Amino acid sequence: MADGKVVKRAKYKSSVKDPGVPGVLKLTKERFFFMPNDPTSTTKLNVEFKLIKGHRSSKEGSSKQALLNLMHDQGRSYIFEFDSFPDRDKCREFVASAIAACGEVVKAASEKPAVPHDEQLSAAEMGRRIKLLQDNSELQKLHRQLVIGGILSEAEFWAARKKLLEQGDIKKPKQRVALKNDMWSVKPLSDGQTNRVTFNLTPEVIHQIFAEKPAVRQAYLKFVPGKMSEKEFWTKYSRAEYLHSTKNIVAAAAEAAEDEELAVFLKQDDMLAFEARKKIRRVDPTLDMEADEGDDYMHLPDHGLPLDETKEILEPQYEPFKRSFSQYLNQHAAVVLRGRVIDVELGDTRSVAEAFTRTNQAELAAEVSDESAYRERIAKVSRVAEIEDLQGPHEPPVALLSIKDPRDYFDSQQANAIKALGDGGTGTRQLKFNVSKEDAFCSLKNSISEINSQGLTEPIISPEVALKVLNGLSQNISSTKYHLGKNPHESVLDRLPSATKDELLLHWTSIQELLKHFWSSYPITAKYFYTKVTRLKDAMSQIYPKLQEIKESVQSDFRHQVSLLVQPMLQALDAAFAHYDADIQKRSAKSGERPNGFA
Amino acid sequence: MTPVSSKLYTDDVSLLMVLIDTNPYLWSSMKNTAFTFSKFLSHVLAFLNSILLLNQMNQVVVIATGYNSCDYVFDSSSSSMQRAECLLEKLEEFVDKDETLSQEDSVDGVGFSLLSGSLSMALCYIQRVFRTGPLHPQPRILCLHGSPDGPGQYVAVMNAIFSAQRSMVPIDSCVIGSQHSAFLQQASYITGGVYLKPQVSDGLFQYLSTVFATDLHSRAFLQLPRPVGVDFRASCFCHKNTIDMGYICSVCLSIFCKHHKKCSTCGSNFGEARKQDPSASGQRRKTPDGS
Repeated sequence: MADGKVVKRAKYKSSVKDPGVPGVLKLTKERFFFMPNDPTSTTKLNVEFKLIKGHRSSKEGSSKQALLNLMHDQGRSYIFEFDSFPDRDKCREFVASAIAACGEVVKAASEKPAVPHDEQLSAAEMGRRIKLLQDNSELQKLHRQLVIGGILSEAEFWAARKKLLEQGDIKKPKQRVALKNDMWSVKPLSDGQTNRVTFNLTPEVIHQIFAEKPAVRQAYLKFVPGKMSEKEFWTKYSRAEYLHSTKNIVAAAAEAAEDEELAVFLKQDDMLAFEARKKIRRVDPTLDMEADEGDDYMHLPDHGLPLDETKEILEPQYEPFKRSFSQYLNQHAAVVLRGRVIDVELGDTRSVAEAFTRTNQAELAAEVSDESAYRERIAKVSRVAEIEDLQGPHEPPVALLSIKDPRDYFDSQQANAIKALGDGGTGTRQLKFNVSKEDAFCSLKNSISEINSQGLTEPIISPEVALKVLNGLSQNISSTKYHLGKNPHESVLDRLPSATKDELLLHWTSIQELLKHFWSSYPITAKYFYTKVTRLKDAMSQIYPKLQEIKESVQSDFRHQVSLLVQPMLQALDAAFAHYDADIQKRSAKSGERPNGFA
Repeated sequence: MTPVSSKLYTDDVSLLMVLIDTNPYLWSSMKNTAFTFSKFLSHVLAFLNSILLLNQMNQVVVIATGYNSCDYVFDSSSSSMQRAECLLEKLEEFVDKDETLSQEDSVDGVGFSLLSGSLSMALCYIQRVFRTGPLHPQPRILCLHGSPDGPGQYVAVMNAIFSAQRSMVPIDSCVIGSQHSAFLQQASYITGGVYLKPQVSDGLFQYLSTVFATDLHSRAFLQLPRPVGVDFRASCFCHKNTIDMGYICSVCLSIFCKHHKKCSTCGSNFGEARKQDPSASGQRRKTPDGS
């Protein structure tokens, strides 16, 4: 204990009644370990004391076991049975002190202020922040100004950007290794002298065999622990494979007749056939297989694969022993495409086989429950394969559109347009104007005949008026030349000197950032927020004169535009200041005495 | 039909379609101001003459935009109407005809002239010139318009605007009335023409000759008045307020300033995103989710 470590023999139990796993319990200041005596046992423990919330122990008595129960945070408990009570008590004391020590640390952590603080950052978190800053120069500038300038703390700055951080943090799932794409063809290694043939089976190969040949898997589960040993099983399997590789179907049939277990491997895989049938049923019924008939390789025997299978005519009794290479190829392809569906250590052959069976059953169950999919398929068949003449038209349900008189809308639009664009009172005055048809047309005709008789006025336009018009036009043109929105692709910023533009943009982003923090601090519920708001307010009031400076520094051409740009910033700042002042006043009024006249 | 290859392509020959507003009610209402129809006509005639003088091959066509009808009143290419007197004569005839077509005895306000009709006629004429004439001029349309926009013509006018845009015909507009025209603002904006509302109506000729006389090729080198901004904001159907942001019926694109249970234009039910309403399933705009 002096060296902060206690090692005792103990049995680990998941419950009191459990006989327990004998092993060694090792206690250190931070955590405890349990190593079972049996190295293959999986009940190894390595638990931090931080997660242990309490401990109990059994009463001392000759008839009782010396138990120590460590209760986990999440309701679990670890029960250890010690050989003797002194051992137990020693451990109990150690555990008690360890839990107390951990508790202090935890408490100390939780006692830190609830407001964002400069917490210990993990290296990953730090790296992410640095990367973000590197990628985004604007953010970097802002960061430098606000955080390094002491206006915001690091944590405050990043708290507003959690999303940004998280975006970069979406961890990609670890890539899973797929099955090997090469087909395991049994390459018998024969030494050439004796008649022995050697097969090499690795866990990876077994995994592949189980995936590709459900029948072998099933046979393994059926035979292996009881009927034959694992070695016998694989010997038998290899023998069957060897028989296949010799392509001697008749010999295979003869062997199968003698040994019924061997027959399982030699015969065609029933489960595969069943699955294949099911898959065929799932194929879109409208798929036209005949369309592929013209494909070039079809005239070749066995789909153009190099054929070395014996072309002998077989008696029907040997039919189940025939195996086509393309079948095998297809099955292999299907398995490889499906990928690694089970997630089991490859070492244990049995568990691999069981895992395969489980996934298969799950798939089957899913399929059975998928009755609606089947019905949908049927519906699709009838829809696609229907005889068009005999069916009524399939029209999607349509709601009739009943548009009211659009005139209503445009009438009001017009009124709006006049309101928005009109030159004050003249528009409204004109609308009240009323004249009879005869009068109107008559005056129009008079005007025409007037000009017909008098000819054009001489001069058409007086020089003064012309000058006025020209002046007005050129003024109009020169003013609208710089008007905002003249060209949607060109903003007023682009026309400013680039230094001014950058400065304005920087101020704008920092104002935005400051305001975001400012407003998010309200209502002020803690002193911390109060100091933060004051800090922010000071920072913002420093920007205020800077904006003024920019406004004054630019050339007179741009001054108007810049002031237009700066105006909303100033307004936003003013609003913040006003709120700050009002809040201060309210606080002082609340805390101080009410003025005299206050009822 | 003249083959395209044999056509004469020039960049400084204009085909100018001028639409003059002959809405009698408009001109009667303007009698009190100093700017009468005869004054207007004299300015326009001088302008047309100057256009014809600018280039020997320039062509001017005048279409009268009446209250009840529209018609061609002048075509400088036809031998029978070469002189300004012809224009006035034709115009008188047109006004007579327009009067006979008129059915109401009096009109509340100024009324609307048939802008959509005259725009369509101008576009038709341009198409004919494109397809038959020996020249391939640079056509443009100049609307001398004073009447307020007729809301009933909205769709027709917009269609005309879009066909003009397609055939690359700019629509210039010179608004002589007292109010801006949203139609023409949009027309000029969409087709790349010039929209102008003269401040000094007495100086119309000066405006016309300064802004609208140059051919399209020369326009590229000139700094012409630009619209201060075209208001494309939509108005909501419920309160007719101009809004920046609102709700849109996904069926008929009606615009509303607040959420409604049912579209007042087409009657579609707007469900909540998750709520299923079986009675309205046929009209639901959302596709049933997955099931």
